[in-house]
Amino acid sequence: MIKQFADYVTFSLMGLSPGQHLAEALNFFIYDTLKIFFLLIVMIYLIGLVRVSLPVERVRAYLAGKHRLIGYVLGSIFGAITPFCSCSSIPVFLGFTSAGIPLGMTMAFLLTSPLINEIAVILLLSLVGWKITLLYVLIGLGVGIVGGLFLDAIKAERMLQGFARKVYEEGQHAQIEAAEKKRIAMKDRHQFAKRELREVFGRIWIWVIVGVGVGAALHGFVPDTWFEAHLGSGQWWSVPVATVIGIPLYSNATAIIPIMESLIVKGLPLGTTLAFCMSTVAASFPEFVMLKQVMQWRLLAIVFLMLLIAFTIVGWALNAIY
Amino acid sequence: MKLEVLGTGCAKCKTLHENVKKAVEISGKEAEVVKVEDFPTIMKYGVMSTPALVKDGKVLFSGKLATAEEIAGML
Repeated sequence: MIKQFADYVTFSLMGLSPGQHLAEALNFFIYDTLKIFFLLIVMIYLIGLVRVSLPVERVRAYLAGKHRLIGYVLGSIFGAITPFCSCSSIPVFLGFTSAGIPLGMTMAFLLTSPLINEIAVILLLSLVGWKITLLYVLIGLGVGIVGGLFLDAIKAERMLQGFARKVYEEGQHAQIEAAEKKRIAMKDRHQFAKRELREVFGRIWIWVIVGVGVGAALHGFVPDTWFEAHLGSGQWWSVPVATVIGIPLYSNATAIIPIMESLIVKGLPLGTTLAFCMSTVAASFPEFVMLKQVMQWRLLAIVFLMLLIAFTIVGWALNAIY
Repeated sequence: MKLEVLGTGCAKCKTLHENVKKAVEISGKEAEVVKVEDFPTIMKYGVMSTPALVKDGKVLFSGKLATAEEIAGML
């Protein structure tokens, strides 16, 4: 139905013909933007209804005292399903640390969080199908878990900075009482979900347009085999390069996904695409500026490098398999 | 009455600050509105999700926004 509208506007209203660059780009843009907006509105609201029962305080109380190995997995999973404004990264970090939660678990949470959120998943499902979505989610979780494990293995807590360090030491003796479980009335859930919808949608709609816009341009104007010709999976260096390029580029998961779809459709190898997109989202400048306040340079560099290596390996592996 | 708006730079935190200022006007009460951006203080209140609003040392809510009217009702 949306497709018909998109076709109508592009071909009838604007009088463009199929096959023309501008026509393809415009058609893609209209169709995808509308489809995504619709899906987002429905899903954000529905998820909002459920999510009101899962505030960060409960996650913390749950994670505190959990055995290490399970803790990384749980930390990562919770990171995937709880949202929070990226400016809460530090408060969450400090809050978890003060509860005695090992640094690695906190990082598992923080690493996975920007990568996986329901919006990203919805977009991926609708644009590139469930197989790639599953891959994306598993990689995101994997990076969080392995990252957390690694950081604890090298005793990264030695490399915390100033205030955070003090919090860590005090946290080792902390007792956290269980967060209260409240029964929340349907009416309140609806209020929360409605507010969440307005806030989240209000924050991301522009990103969707930007993302789909770039995707549309790629779709319409870049020849189908361009990527194959220039960056085909033959060259081993294309993956690390893609990962590195992703770092200074900042995008949240929302905008990057339409771009990811276009890259894949245009023949950029799956591994290279995922490495690039995940690197763009996970290694983001604003987040690092935040983390710098609690981590020494050494630790920050280690985290960076760790992400780079992880995504590069994943990229190579996927290119080899596909 | 002392109102502290807890939050670091992001847009939501700034919006809350504005809403709190408006709420004080709406309610007509006397209040000092302070924006708190340093982590030790935020932690002291046990707040993990910003933005958050603290009235006279007690956390009214955290991790969400509220309209000026809603805040005025809490003052």
